[in-house]
Amino acid sequence: MKDASPAKPYALHLGVIALLFGLSFVLPEYHHGLLARIMVLAVFAMGYNLLFGYVGLLSLGHAMFFSAGLYGAGLAVIHLGWSVPAAFAAGLACGALLALVIGLLALRTSGVAFMIVTMMFAQVFYLLILYFAAWTGGDQGLVVPQPMRVLVLGSTSFDLTNATVRYMSALALFSIVLLISLAIVRSGYGRVLVAIRENEERTKMLGFDTFSSKLAAVVISGSICAASGAAYALLFGYVGSSFASVQYSILPLLWVLLGGAATTLGPLIGTLFMYYVIDIASGYTSAYLLIVGIALILLVLFFPRGILGSIRQRWLGWLP
Amino acid sequence: MMPLLTTKGLSRSFGGLRAVDGVDFALMPGEIRAIIGPNGAGKTTFVSLVSGRIEPSSGMIVFDGADITSLPAYARVRLGIAYTFQITSVFANLSAYDNVALPVQRTLTDGRSKGAVHTGVMAALERTGLADRAQMPAGQLSYGHQRLLEVAMGLALKPRLLILDEPTQGLADSEIDNFIELVREIADSATVLLIEHNMPVVMQLADRITVFNAGRILAEGTPEQIRANAAVQDAYLGTTHG
Ligand SMILES: Nc1ncnc2c1ncn2[C@@H]1O[C@H](COP(=O)(O)OP(=O)(O)OP(=O)(O)O)[C@@H](O)[C@H]1O
Ligand SMILES: [Mg+2]
Repeated sequence: MKDASPAKPYALHLGVIALLFGLSFVLPEYHHGLLARIMVLAVFAMGYNLLFGYVGLLSLGHAMFFSAGLYGAGLAVIHLGWSVPAAFAAGLACGALLALVIGLLALRTSGVAFMIVTMMFAQVFYLLILYFAAWTGGDQGLVVPQPMRVLVLGSTSFDLTNATVRYMSALALFSIVLLISLAIVRSGYGRVLVAIRENEERTKMLGFDTFSSKLAAVVISGSICAASGAAYALLFGYVGSSFASVQYSILPLLWVLLGGAATTLGPLIGTLFMYYVIDIASGYTSAYLLIVGIALILLVLFFPRGILGSIRQRWLGWLP
Repeated sequence: MMPLLTTKGLSRSFGGLRAVDGVDFALMPGEIRAIIGPNGAGKTTFVSLVSGRIEPSSGMIVFDGADITSLPAYARVRLGIAYTFQITSVFANLSAYDNVALPVQRTLTDGRSKGAVHTGVMAALERTGLADRAQMPAGQLSYGHQRLLEVAMGLALKPRLLILDEPTQGLADSEIDNFIELVREIADSATVLLIEHNMPVVMQLADRITVFNAGRILAEGTPEQIRANAAVQDAYLGTTHG
């Protein structure tokens, strides 16, 4: 199964990346912008999926990792005047460090306790952002000034407020994270993560230090989510506390459930699906959340494993 | 010769029940040792203490000269103590291949190349006769094959001490013959501690037998000595095997 045909999954993933690249040249302006945003948020979902889908750890606090990246990068630009790459690295480092600390504390628990502990930490993080309003802008948030959002590479500079540059930057981040996820999932380490999800006690009895493996997974997951947050700040220019609220901890869970937990492409499909259902529904009625709710219920009824999870179960067993 | 495994005063209580009660035990390298005893005698609890799956209430465990009493289970596995579960606990949703790949990749120290993992997995599956079922989800294997998969996973750890907890439960007679051969092979490179209810299997395989009863060691000796022991007959052989 896993080692049978390594070529197929890679071809599929490269195909998806190529498709997204091609879409940049044909999509109308509105959808072009929406898709760029979806790709950045799909990175958030991929980070969440690594922990939830593969390790089976349900966190309700991932908004804090996303916002660690968002504020880490945003504040570095706004207050310290850092360049785009340095700010991105700062966001990433904030997320990784936060994930390490949270992992060390929260992994003492599991199951429902893990959900509650991660949610509490995220709430603390959210309140801290509001408390330090002098630096964070409180509930108003901050706008990253346009002139600062320029990526200088050697002698060329890219204006991140330009639609095409923004789309291609989002695609680059998405592609890198997608291929990293695929590599992790297909590696021996990925196999250990799934084993922990299936039966942690048994995994220990095969000689694996499962705590360390889970801690590493929290750090990787948190870093990916922070990368998404940092990119969001730099590409869309807004740093706001709503991204740290509990809603943004639940959204990646929904995206992943919709697209298919423990599938590498599920997070993209789930995020895409949710955004377009909301987009289309809100075009018809102001009660669009009702339609979104109905769509979610239908999906859970007919695709209990998410869109891609069900496709894998029924037709394409080789999907990673 | 120094014993590979020694326990001193090893005890474990569950509430008021002394499931393992002051056991002094020694196992020589290269031995095949059988542990027998009536249901609830404390056999599984005893080997769980040795493997680190549960913690002792008191007592000490020494493996290869080192005190491992406070070592976590995964670290004991790395020292070479492998445990196969009495209650089959293979990863039901993973393929037989992936089940074995986990212990194989754990023991590979020299670059975990896919090729090396593959070779190791197929070798362990072939030794247990499961090679043609490599891609089946473990949960869909027959009960007997799941037992064998447990053994394959234990083998793949390349253990110095392999603990088998009632491995022949649910195997057909023909499979049991193969199994006896397999354990003899394993014993060339590892010490085997075998909990077993099937007396013909015990008599064919064991160098020595330890009899547990009510958490204590009732008797210990060669198969002939145990067969002749009156106390054992009363406690165990007499009642269950008339
Ligand atoms: N986790 C536990 N909690 C409470 N009591 C337990 C636990 N595990 C075992 N026991 C009790 O300890 C005693 C010894 O159990 P153990 O499983 O070690 O026996 P055994 O010799 O392996 O029996 P069998 O031949 O049926 O496998 C039994 O009375 C059992 O009910
Ligand atoms: Mg038992």
